[in-house]
Amino acid sequence: MTTTTPRSLAIAAKGLRKAFGDKLVLDGIDLAVPAGTVFSLLGPNGAGKTTAVKILSTLITADAGELHVGGHDLATAPQAVRAAIGVTGQFSAVDGLITGEENMLLMADLHHLSRSEGRRTAAELLERFDLAEAAKKPVSTYSGGMKRRLDIAMTLVGDPRIIFLDEPTTGLDPRSRHTMWGIIRELVSGGVTVFLTTQYLEEADELADRIAVLSDGKLAAEGSADELKRIVPGGHVRLRFTDPAAYRSAAVALREATSDDEALSLQIPSDGSQRELRAILDWLDSAGVEADELTVHTPDLDDVFFALTGGINVPNQPKENVR
Amino acid sequence: MSTAQIPARRSRLSLAVRDSNTMLRRNLLHVRRYPSMTLNLLLTPIMLLLLFVYVFGGVMSAGIGGGGADRSDYIAYLVPGLLIMTIGSTVIGAAVSVSMDMTEGLIARFRTMAVYRGSVLVGHVVGSVLQVLASLVLVGAVAVAIGFRSTDATVLEWLAAFGLISLFTLALTWIAVGMGMASPNPEAASNMATPLILLPLISSAFVPIDAIPGWFQPIAEYQPFTPAIETLRGLLLGTEIGDNWWIALVWCVGLTALGYRWSTSLFNRDPK
Repeated sequence: MTTTTPRSLAIAAKGLRKAFGDKLVLDGIDLAVPAGTVFSLLGPNGAGKTTAVKILSTLITADAGELHVGGHDLATAPQAVRAAIGVTGQFSAVDGLITGEENMLLMADLHHLSRSEGRRTAAELLERFDLAEAAKKPVSTYSGGMKRRLDIAMTLVGDPRIIFLDEPTTGLDPRSRHTMWGIIRELVSGGVTVFLTTQYLEEADELADRIAVLSDGKLAAEGSADELKRIVPGGHVRLRFTDPAAYRSAAVALREATSDDEALSLQIPSDGSQRELRAILDWLDSAGVEADELTVHTPDLDDVFFALTGGINVPNQPKENVR
Repeated sequence: MSTAQIPARRSRLSLAVRDSNTMLRRNLLHVRRYPSMTLNLLLTPIMLLLLFVYVFGGVMSAGIGGGGADRSDYIAYLVPGLLIMTIGSTVIGAAVSVSMDMTEGLIARFRTMAVYRGSVLVGHVVGSVLQVLASLVLVGAVAVAIGFRSTDATVLEWLAAFGLISLFTLALTWIAVGMGMASPNPEAASNMATPLILLPLISSAFVPIDAIPGWFQPIAEYQPFTPAIETLRGLLLGTEIGDNWWIALVWCVGLTALGYRWSTSLFNRDPK
């Protein structure tokens, strides 16, 4: 990393720091995103992901750090950075009072496209994002997923080479989430660089070439999805008992399992595959163990965080994110 | 070097004009799609005009110009004040729409695009000024319909009146934009802008300053609306203007500068 100059990278940050008042949000992080790749910043709510995006997309200024986006210095050439990037923030950045088509034409005008070019680009993108039918309707009547799609379509009007997506799937239903993933993959195949933030490991896993885990304003880890998963303890099957006697005899029979005496539960390592589950069930049968509840756990963001932060200090991670 | 700089500067200027024009068209589109907001703001001056002429007109006319004044004299007295009041009531719309913009994500998008930074505010200001001028035409039409006439004014006086109205509109618009920027939400912006419609009620719009109780006269006299109203009244009807014209101009320039500085410094601050 020391040999690459900032110019060969789409996004390069060294010692990025930002504090709001006395709250330190980003504590000197380093980022290097090669052009044409997908980089995912993974972290729970309040970890500083959005702040990082806001700084790199010129919306707010950093307190310190050497920052380059698209080869331009953020401090001295913010307009040049702006000309190279497209940003879709966490909250929809569409004009709800006008129609989807008018929103697109507004973007075309602000990118100084000619009238005909603007109309063509708008029509193309509306078609591509499945919004052609709703194009003439006011955006205030759109569903959440439609607004998100319009948001991304608007970001693409100037044909930006670097795209920031701040939690693009938060609040979307599963179907819309998969549609969004397809959209992002399509962007990447067109050669653009994508900087994506998410709270879902699964999402980063699906999309990103490299993932950085942000925790409490610091990068807790960085690597490919596979590299990160190696840090995380594997999945497991959890057996819960209501009868203490049954729990004790099962704990004796299954010596390989990790036991939790207070919760009357046993954990058996497993990758959650059908073959392994069948093997575990057969083993339980032959050992004469009958659990009251059996659940399968696959590694999730919580596990990554517990693994990276030693099980403490998972800031504001809401329970519903455990999926 | 200097020859290369001139076209660069000119193209930067033309981009600034182009972006501002785009933002202006967006704001005018909002007005066209949602005319109820503008009409609501227009309702107050028109209602007051009709109320004061037809309900209070008989009594009010007794209070101006000594004896012998009738309803038509009071219409003449009232209309310049109501035109100026229309400016105050219409720019409230600018405060609300600026605040609506600021609380939504779209402005963040504009800030991350290579567009002229000032275009958002310029679009709002120019849009609001045009909206006020259109409102004035409507209020003026109602005034003429109920009998207001300004036959004595010369072309020069009409031009001066138009200039005064434009400057006063610009000044109040910048103040309203600042209020919109400073407000956390559109409701707060609307509340904050209320003085723009209350101040004309305690000016010389409805009754002459000397008819106001003595202790209250300074408040009525030393506020921006009274000199603007007195000047417009003088230009349209030939009444005594005195020092009012330059006091009005000082108010216009001062409020414009203040509102401009206030709005732009709030806009250029890092968003939360």
